[in-house]
Amino acid sequence: MAISHDEVYKKVQGVLVDALGVDEDEVTPDAVIKDDLGAESIDFLDISFRLEKAFGIKIGKGEMMPDLSNNAELAQNGKVTPAGIVELKKRMPHSDFTEFEKNPTVDNMSKLFTVKTIVGYVEGKLAAA
Amino acid sequence: MRWIWIDKFVEFTPRTSAATIKNVTLAEEHLHDLYPAFPIVPHSLIVEGMAQTAGILVGEARDFAEKVILAKVGRATFHRLVRPGDTLLFKARIEQLSEQGASTTGTVEAGGELVAEIELMFSHIDQNLAGLEFPEHNFVFTEQFTELLKTYRLGSVVRI
Repeated sequence: MAISHDEVYKKVQGVLVDALGVDEDEVTPDAVIKDDLGAESIDFLDISFRLEKAFGIKIGKGEMMPDLSNNAELAQNGKVTPAGIVELKKRMPHSDFTEFEKNPTVDNMSKLFTVKTIVGYVEGKLAAA
Repeated sequence: MRWIWIDKFVEFTPRTSAATIKNVTLAEEHLHDLYPAFPIVPHSLIVEGMAQTAGILVGEARDFAEKVILAKVGRATFHRLVRPGDTLLFKARIEQLSEQGASTTGTVEAGGELVAEIELMFSHIDQNLAGLEFPEHNFVFTEQFTELLKTYRLGSVVRI
């Protein structure tokens, strides 16, 4: 039986509470994982492991949050190229790019990664399974 | 002093689980630093013992090709103090292992009593810290760690 949006959201919320030690009410759909919930780099691996367990899915390296740093066509001198933005939009369809496009640096990519992004990503994985 | 907080392996199932023991003796200097009149093993060193047990388990899973670094203590709950004369039994299990790292769970016991429950995350640093360069040789798994595992494996063949 397909899992509802609310169930996915609730489980993602639980994963973030456990991985980041934040309160449930801090985990809102638009909360940015790094800036608002305080995630550090290793936390992204922790979140990915916990999502795999919670939903029975497999998450490949750079799949949930693309790494453009080694691809000169997608990112140059710390800036995401127009081709990189197209690629990000394709891979992160649930993120809001309005602010990011004003200053599309590699450092700012983390601002695209919100609770909503994770929920959308998981739903996409479950639908494809 | 050698930075090693386990004495020997007593169980090792590759890519799955491992157990080590550590005998706590009054001769250890650090025991006298925390509370001079009341020697106990600091919780941080109990976590370190688990990190060494689980870290070698994680390292062996990739034939020690990765530099495995303790990256996060997800949870550490302590139930009782550890004192000189105690023998600690560290039991570690790999929960998840990927190209980038691993998560482990484990318990620490002494005399059949639960001392601690510890969840750890390990990072394969060459895979994760893009842009940073580390020495080519594996500075994590020095001889003092790999020898522990060799001794365990040898022990199953030779009994002296």
